[in-house]
Amino acid sequence: MAMPAGGSFARRAVAASSAVRRMDGVLLVAVAALTVIGTLLVWSSTRTWAPGSTGLVKKHILNVAIGIALTSAAVMVNHRSLRVYAPLVYVVSLIGLVLVITPLGSTVNGAHSWIMLGGGFAFQPSEFAKLGLVLMLAMLLARPVRGTDRPRTLDIGLSLGVAGFTMGLVMLQPDLGTTMVLGVITAGALVIGGVRKRWILGLALLVVCGVVAVWLLDVLEPYQIARFTAFLNPASDPRGVGYNSTQSLIAIGSGGLFGKGLFEGGQTTGRFVPEQHTDFIFTVAGEEFGFLGSVAVVALMGVILLRGMRIARLCDDRFGTLVAGVIVCWLAFQSFVNIGMTIGIMPITGLPLPFVSYGGTATFANMIAIGLLQAIHIREQPF
Amino acid sequence: MIRTRTRLVVIQVLVASMLALLAVRLWQVQVVRGAEFVEAATETRTRDVVVPAVRGQILDAAGRPLVRNRTRLVVSVDRTSLNRMEGNGREVLQRLATVLNRKPSELRMRIRACGPGVTRPCWPGSPYQPIPIDDDVTTREALQILERQEEFPGVTAEVQAVREYPGSSAGAQVLGYLQPITQEELERRDGFKAVFSGVDLVGRDGLEAVYDKELRGIPGLRRVQVDRLGKVIGVERQVQPTPGDTLITSIDSKVQAITERALAEAMKSAPTADGAAGVVLDVRTGRVLALASAPTYNPAVWTGGISEPEYQRLLSGKAGKPLVSRAIKGEFAPGSTFKISSVSAMLRDGYPLHGHYDCPGSFMVGSRPFNNFHGIGMGTLTLHTALVKSCDTIFYRAAYEQWLRDGGLRPRGKTKEPMAAMARAFGFGRATGIDLPGESAGRIPDREWKKQLWDVTKTENCRRAKSGYPEVARSSPSRAAFLKQLAYENCLEGYQWRPGDAANFSIGQGDVLVTPLQLAAAYAALVGDGKLRSPRIGWALVRPDGTMVKEIKVPVVGKLPLSQAERTYIRGALSEVASDGTAAGAFSGFPMDKVRVGGKTGTAEVYGKTDTSWFASFAPAERPRFVVVVMVSQGGMGGQTAAPAARKIYEGIYGIAPQDGQDKGKPVRAALPDHRPATQLPMIKRDGTVAR
Repeated sequence: MAMPAGGSFARRAVAASSAVRRMDGVLLVAVAALTVIGTLLVWSSTRTWAPGSTGLVKKHILNVAIGIALTSAAVMVNHRSLRVYAPLVYVVSLIGLVLVITPLGSTVNGAHSWIMLGGGFAFQPSEFAKLGLVLMLAMLLARPVRGTDRPRTLDIGLSLGVAGFTMGLVMLQPDLGTTMVLGVITAGALVIGGVRKRWILGLALLVVCGVVAVWLLDVLEPYQIARFTAFLNPASDPRGVGYNSTQSLIAIGSGGLFGKGLFEGGQTTGRFVPEQHTDFIFTVAGEEFGFLGSVAVVALMGVILLRGMRIARLCDDRFGTLVAGVIVCWLAFQSFVNIGMTIGIMPITGLPLPFVSYGGTATFANMIAIGLLQAIHIREQPF
Repeated sequence: MIRTRTRLVVIQVLVASMLALLAVRLWQVQVVRGAEFVEAATETRTRDVVVPAVRGQILDAAGRPLVRNRTRLVVSVDRTSLNRMEGNGREVLQRLATVLNRKPSELRMRIRACGPGVTRPCWPGSPYQPIPIDDDVTTREALQILERQEEFPGVTAEVQAVREYPGSSAGAQVLGYLQPITQEELERRDGFKAVFSGVDLVGRDGLEAVYDKELRGIPGLRRVQVDRLGKVIGVERQVQPTPGDTLITSIDSKVQAITERALAEAMKSAPTADGAAGVVLDVRTGRVLALASAPTYNPAVWTGGISEPEYQRLLSGKAGKPLVSRAIKGEFAPGSTFKISSVSAMLRDGYPLHGHYDCPGSFMVGSRPFNNFHGIGMGTLTLHTALVKSCDTIFYRAAYEQWLRDGGLRPRGKTKEPMAAMARAFGFGRATGIDLPGESAGRIPDREWKKQLWDVTKTENCRRAKSGYPEVARSSPSRAAFLKQLAYENCLEGYQWRPGDAANFSIGQGDVLVTPLQLAAAYAALVGDGKLRSPRIGWALVRPDGTMVKEIKVPVVGKLPLSQAERTYIRGALSEVASDGTAAGAFSGFPMDKVRVGGKTGTAEVYGKTDTSWFASFAPAERPRFVVVVMVSQGGMGGQTAAPAARKIYEGIYGIAPQDGQDKGKPVRAALPDHRPATQLPMIKRDGTVAR
């Protein structure tokens, strides 16, 4: 093929277009579909009260647009060079978490996890902390003991320290949901990184003991425990802690097999489920799109996760495998807990549903994560 | 890297099973238990609002409204939502009182639930219904409330139809009134449970009660969607209410008004009078043209909740119990008006129609003399003259002879008791069955009745026969002695039907009691076709657009055991009462050549009270179309109080200028231009107006 003479711009454009062609198309389509569905659901759940009816969905579309730009940027990054910058990314995300604790942070819905940027824009550093931790742990665990595929003990220790420190900062907000996601990211990194089984089991035991201790030693307030366990028996207090559980079950259950149709959900219109454009957006899918629609959302999520897994498996580079695998663990856990809490099989924690919920920072972080998966895919797939 | 790959596969399996778990759970929630959640969703998302149907009108025979609806702005308070507030909504009531210019304490009283010890003002209806506290607010007041809903939670202002009475007090007891539905009634009504219905009123008396179901219509239902704060955000389903049927009655509002005015004047003319009743019947059909009772009241007082003093006044004896219709509930001794039954009984018992009968001033019934009125003897009379002049002794004799034939004090076998049997044939002693609630049966005493009464009272009488009446003796020793003697006699032989009982019965005295309506129905049967009818006020039920629902028939409930000739003979005798008999004075100057009025006066003695004044009449005497019965309790002589009132009614019906009083000689327009009752139902046009 004849190259047009001169001009690095043209060469880069060609490189970019070939990069687009080599991206994982299935992953791309699944993310796009989920984003479109999410946009519709945000619209449906906010149209009755948002300024000018479309005020929030417009903001959501803007967020998605920024997210797409960030994805493209992430795709351009060579993950091998990213490995070098991982500590820097991590430290920047830490600065965000620290800023939240200072008077710069704001409280929304009981969690002190926001930094207001003015003009109606806000920033949630803990979302980026997930990305930062993924890269940091992948970097640490990607250099094995020579001749084996097990990480060095020092690196494991460093990893635990880094993870513990990050989780500690998030707990200060307090944000139990994100802390749990960070825990899962750490666990995923240790498992994929090749840490010995007995160590992993030991750590798991330690976590269990810790949870039991927290439970028995009354570290948490009774209301926190009540909120956490309400999902087991929402009828015990349907107006109090069980309200969210009860109402989201009613909304989803009343959708039946085919749903009531977009914009036709009475429970959504009446705003019976709180936070239905963010954490409880799945109830809108359940009510308006029915079983078929909500299973479609689960299936699209499944496609994304399995494509991510495939990327991790096909990658020859330890760092790339770790990044892709851990991102899948993160998204899988967050989706499961989010959907699970709306249908009464998981406790209620403030976690958004990836690609669907309204929320700028989360959208950016998720999109960057997808960008990273694509970047790894482009550079590691066998020709 | 092999280990990493293996572990990735493990994670992938884990992820896949988590997703599968979600799908299974979704299937369970949305498909298996879907219906259950649909129901729960409907329950949380919707509220059912009962839309009351517009109640049907009540029209008179010419299509003039007796009761109609008009719209008002009604302010209601929802007590359940007040109770949920701090301090039971005291502040809201305070603000509301300021807007409505009322006392807060008054509002608080009105929303209390009625109950034992809690008297009006209070709320007799369901606690779940908004309680109307002001049913005629101005638009400005309503807007003040509606525009500041945040200051008036639980308070609504809405347009409602309320009852209006164009004739003010005309026919008050006939029309009846509405009251809020009680909790028990609400629960008895299945179908839909009213979550909140502004006015769920039930007819409590009169036509409103009897035709409640038809007048009510079918309430509509509006299922509204609410958000989680209870704010209405849309209507999900709407079933329009079906307005109630219009009840056309045979009442002529003009005749009704004339009758009520005549009663009021009669009460005024007789200073001792404590009540009066008037009945005007259509002889040929048995329909009621007017049914009046005095004293009366304006039924508008019920609209929008009655005040305690007003309610007590209506119930009090001092005001003459205006709620009670004396025409159907008042039981009085009929006096000589009853002789139509007694003379018929004589004929059936073999006394000749054209015979001659002795009318001495006094007749010995057993050992006691029974006197004519004023003790005047009239020589030998035909039955005709006996009725015209109202001779009593002829009836005493006949009653005594019949009593002897039945075995006197020791009856043998089955007794005939012809007078009581005839009275029953005339419909006395049982309710006429008119379409009004709470009608009295009156009383026809006989041997059997006497025995039953004695069984009930003998214990007390025998005790009193011994102990006497010391509490009466303190003020009146002679009365106490009389009562003791009476108790002694009743204890000893109270079961006996004594000759005096039979004699008193024959002239409508003693224990005989009739209602004015019973008397009117009996006279209508006598002067009409001989058939006894159960009078009706309702004539037809039609849809608001005029479509006929059903015509209300007047049932024939009996036939007088008299031949046409006998009936004509008695009617002929009664036709002279107003010209030559006991009512001649009352009808002096009445143009008998134009309209001949027949009738019978009655002056019934009541122990310890002034006589009951009666006049039972009909016109025109030759071919009767109307029966008019007037009764004035404690009104004195029949010819003096009741007959002049009846005359006024005829003057009104026929448009005859009065011969005395302030309107003397003034030409009057006839209430019934054709001098006969309406024979056809008024035409109701499709738009609900009446074709005239």
